[in-house]
Amino acid sequence: MVLEILEFGFMQRALIAGVAVAITTSVIGLFLVLRKNSLFGDALSHVAFGGIAVGLVAGVYPLWTGLGLAIAGALGITKLRQSTKVPADATVAILLSSGLALGILLVSASGGFTLDLFSFLFGSILLVSVNDTLAILAMAGAILSIVILLYKKLVYITFDEEQARVSGLPIAHLNYLFVVLASVAAVVSMRLVGILLVSSLIVIPNVTALLFGKGFKKTALISVAVSVFSVITGIAVSYAFNLAPAGTIVLVQVAVFVAALVVRHSPRKLEEIRA
Amino acid sequence: MPVVELEGVSFSYGSTLVLDNITFAVEQGDLLGMIGPNGAGKTTLFSCMLGLLGGYRGTIRMFGEDIRKNGHLFKRVGYVPQRKSIEQNFPATVEEVVSLGITKTLGEKTEGERIASALETVGLAGVRDRRVGELSGGQQQRVLIAKAIVNEPELLILDEPATGIDLETQNRFYALLKKLNQEQKITMIWSSHDLDAVSKLASRVACINRSMFFHGHTHEFFENPDLLKAYSEASMQAHMHLHDHQ
Repeated sequence: MVLEILEFGFMQRALIAGVAVAITTSVIGLFLVLRKNSLFGDALSHVAFGGIAVGLVAGVYPLWTGLGLAIAGALGITKLRQSTKVPADATVAILLSSGLALGILLVSASGGFTLDLFSFLFGSILLVSVNDTLAILAMAGAILSIVILLYKKLVYITFDEEQARVSGLPIAHLNYLFVVLASVAAVVSMRLVGILLVSSLIVIPNVTALLFGKGFKKTALISVAVSVFSVITGIAVSYAFNLAPAGTIVLVQVAVFVAALVVRHSPRKLEEIRA
Repeated sequence: MPVVELEGVSFSYGSTLVLDNITFAVEQGDLLGMIGPNGAGKTTLFSCMLGLLGGYRGTIRMFGEDIRKNGHLFKRVGYVPQRKSIEQNFPATVEEVVSLGITKTLGEKTEGERIASALETVGLAGVRDRRVGELSGGQQQRVLIAKAIVNEPELLILDEPATGIDLETQNRFYALLKKLNQEQKITMIWSSHDLDAVSKLASRVACINRSMFFHGHTHEFFENPDLLKAYSEASMQAHMHLHDHQ
């Protein structure tokens, strides 16, 4: 059956795009989860929804308008956090609801929900075009290159922003750059699981990896492995049983998380830890 | 030339004056014990000195240069914060945490060699691959010291580093500070509530309570009953003030 799946062009594109998205979101997600900013990706995807609606109404490639608005929203909210006393979780709520409101407004003004918009809301990995795949690969490549280049600096501001500042790192610039990367990652992942489930790709592989209590690099590698495994398994299972891919991928992630939870908290493991 | 020199430094949070006209200098090789009651402004003073708070009045010079004009000066400084700054579930090994401190190249030494040397100095060579959150409080604090000295700083600033650590571990920790100061010739500014430790380790003492209360040789402070009495009264008042607010 595996070979049969790979014969289809749409399936090849789905797997290539899916693996690229899985790696990107889990890497960016580790920083977001550790900075207690798990829902930031969710908010960004909702802002991107507004941008996608703009693109669909204006007849522009919606992934680019979604990306543009997500980046603008992320930078704006970061500025708001740095220069006012509005609580961080409240800024996420503001970002999330304003993006969704813009999307709904534009959609209703343009005559209602279209198939295209639905595909962004709930994901449509099996419908990704060659253009989509290339755009996803380009964005994923850019994100991963920048993270590798700035790896130690990003780990330092995640470990302790104050100490990182004392060591001379340009914290404000790094924070702005990071939210741009997170925006791109959120937009990239919308094609895979849809706006409503983006945060699952960002959060679940990472909380699963954190259960193993390893160092930073090993945790990142476990998270990537969980994410890639879930996406490939989810796509294969959804094809075999004619299920929605987005929901299947997320439920596979949840299953892996529960399995890891059971293994790490089994009575025998707890005995080993105590010993 | 003093390693650190403060001239008339004042700082306010809104309308509350926290530091009032602080002036002192720290010479090469000094181990300055910074003491003062809770809320005396020690951490605020450190934040100003480390460039974390910029809105102060007066001048702070490090290695002869105004810190406002040369941010690169901090590459010559190591900073050890309070232990609570370590998030216990953070996924980083001891080696990964120490490597964060490397912000400049030092001759031909590799990153691995520098980390090994720093961990050897603080007595943690055996836990290089352990996750930092699994270590005891004293060990975690020594990891932060290793991170601070891996850059071979000329000045080490420690903000109440031994708070929350048991007595025996504290004593080993103080011995490490003494070794770094005397053998590696690192100038230190160290804030503490442990007057006994300060009296034994520090070469000079700065006692602040919003303004500079005393600055001079350690023995001058600890051999002066009037100063000690005034200090304990101020500490008691600060403690009661804190208790009232809680």
